[in-house]
Amino acid sequence: MSTLEISGLHVSVEVEDGSKEILRGVDLTVRSGETHAIMGPNGSGKSTLAYSLAGHPRYRVTSGSVTLDGEDVLAMSVDERARAGLFLAMQYPVEVPGVTVSNFLRTAKTAIDGQSPKLRTWVKDVKGAMANLRMDPEFAERNVNEGFSGGEKKRHEILQMELLRPKIAILDETDSGLDVDALRIVSEGVNRVKATSDVGLLLITHYTRILRYITPDFVHVFVDGRIAEEGGPELADRLEDEGYDRFLTPA
Amino acid sequence: MSLLADKTQGPVLVGAHTDSGAAFVPDQSRAERKRSYAVADFTVPNGREEDWRFTPVDRLRPLFEVGPDDRDGVTVTADTPDGVTVSHGTPGSVGLGVGIPADRASAVAWESASVMTSLAVAPGAAPAEPAVLRVTGHDKARLNGHLAISAGAHSRSVVVVAHAGSVRCGANVEIDVEDGAELTLVSVQEWDDDSLHVAQHDARIGRDASLRHIVVTLGGAIVRISTNVLYSGTGGSFEGLGVYFADAGQHLEHRLFVDHEPPNCRSDVAYKGALQGDGAHTVWVGDVLIRASAGGTNTYELNRNLVLTDGARADSVPNLEIETGQIEGAGHASATGRFDDEQLFYLQARGIPEDTARRLVVRGFFASIVQRIGVPEIVERIMAAIDRELGATPQTEADG
Repeated sequence: MSTLEISGLHVSVEVEDGSKEILRGVDLTVRSGETHAIMGPNGSGKSTLAYSLAGHPRYRVTSGSVTLDGEDVLAMSVDERARAGLFLAMQYPVEVPGVTVSNFLRTAKTAIDGQSPKLRTWVKDVKGAMANLRMDPEFAERNVNEGFSGGEKKRHEILQMELLRPKIAILDETDSGLDVDALRIVSEGVNRVKATSDVGLLLITHYTRILRYITPDFVHVFVDGRIAEEGGPELADRLEDEGYDRFLTPA
Repeated sequence: MSLLADKTQGPVLVGAHTDSGAAFVPDQSRAERKRSYAVADFTVPNGREEDWRFTPVDRLRPLFEVGPDDRDGVTVTADTPDGVTVSHGTPGSVGLGVGIPADRASAVAWESASVMTSLAVAPGAAPAEPAVLRVTGHDKARLNGHLAISAGAHSRSVVVVAHAGSVRCGANVEIDVEDGAELTLVSVQEWDDDSLHVAQHDARIGRDASLRHIVVTLGGAIVRISTNVLYSGTGGSFEGLGVYFADAGQHLEHRLFVDHEPPNCRSDVAYKGALQGDGAHTVWVGDVLIRASAGGTNTYELNRNLVLTDGARADSVPNLEIETGQIEGAGHASATGRFDDEQLFYLQARGIPEDTARRLVVRGFFASIVQRIGVPEIVERIMAAIDRELGATPQTEADG
């Protein structure tokens, strides 16, 4: 059992005329086996939360705490966080020219496990996971994210989640830019990981459509850098009907 | 930002991509630059000349004056497969008849050379193994090199010239690729840190012949390699690939001049360099001339530089001179950028420690060029040499 505990998290970014506060006190606990959906309008700070948890240098934590099983996540480097069991599926995965997918996956797996994977089972695992995500085997010899379509990038992110087996995974708008078929394939991948591990999921999304495929246990509405309302899956249905307007209208 | 993006984004562009017209125009055309076998026709460079303006000429003094070889200080060994012969003779007045010195250092080397080493690939031969020449110097030995490589008609071969040790080396390399021949020539510079090496390569590419000319420069205090290419028939092809890695205090300079005169020839030049450490300096100058007669020419040149630390400087100057509109294509690209922190973040977010992630990114940067060499044992050798360079990668402010 793992627990990611976010408490009173305030995060700023540097802008031209000083610093701008984006997260204004986020409290959230994600446990193994739970699926949390974070929904909210553009600019509400959803992605900032994702990148702050992963440790992107652009985001500066000004107060609050984040712990994973009691360990101080904010004190860890980016790679230490990943090795501790955090995973971020990125909205805009980065191209790494000249580094093949297969080399990248093996290097990451070796780093996460602290030893290189056994060759025979590893090759089988990679092939199996790629087949499940309807990825052509020759994909493994392409350079990381170079020339990938939007759908290929997202499938590649989920492929990594399947192979790296994180304790807590944050999916940052994994559904954006996907057509219905790709969304279904990606969602199946996420559900496979849920079914075969006790991963805790933090699903960040603008739209409700991915929640038709991945059922959340909790829904949090994110507005202006903090959680404005929380509920069960029924809250997502209500958002689908009403949109975010009622959160944006000044009281 | 991707380092392979066509436009440079990001913070650094140190003296990069200067269009020649904006800077200094020594001649009406690149073709008019002086060529002569006579040392007296070239004054000792003072660093203000167009072709020496990036070079620390004061440190190259020994190579600007005629002097004898230090024969005991240099060893040359050759591994030759069937179909390739190596012999040593005197240069005569015109050597192989392909090269003519284009600067003081080349003329000095030409006049001073007592031995011309000839490597000949027999016509029609296709040796299974590369021919390898190893040049090793000791204690800053003076070497006036003259190497004449001829690839006989319709032959197909790979030649590697590997340089190591400590030298003061001025050299001329003549490369004759006869009609229909395919030659891959790899020149590897893994000199000691005190070596000086100034070389001129002249290549003549015959009808329907192709030359893949690969330059790998990793070691040496100052290395300057000028490569001049011309075509003696139609359908010729030149592929010029280069990788270089400059550490603190190293000056690594690569100059190319591709002269398209016959029609329907192609040239494709791609050089990539990395720099790390205080005073690391690289220079890349790529001149391409498409003469009025060279209809149907297709040419492209590319230079990318990856600046890994502060205090390093990369100069990159592509020049394209076109005298006919009847061409297939002509283009160039140059970009100098810093290490991409987003790539680093992505790799680290998958658990990969920072030093490993840096190594992956830099290897990847070079891999696209090195893979094109296509000779597995050479690819492995070069990547291993790059790995050794990366072993010394200093940590940067990103850690702080």
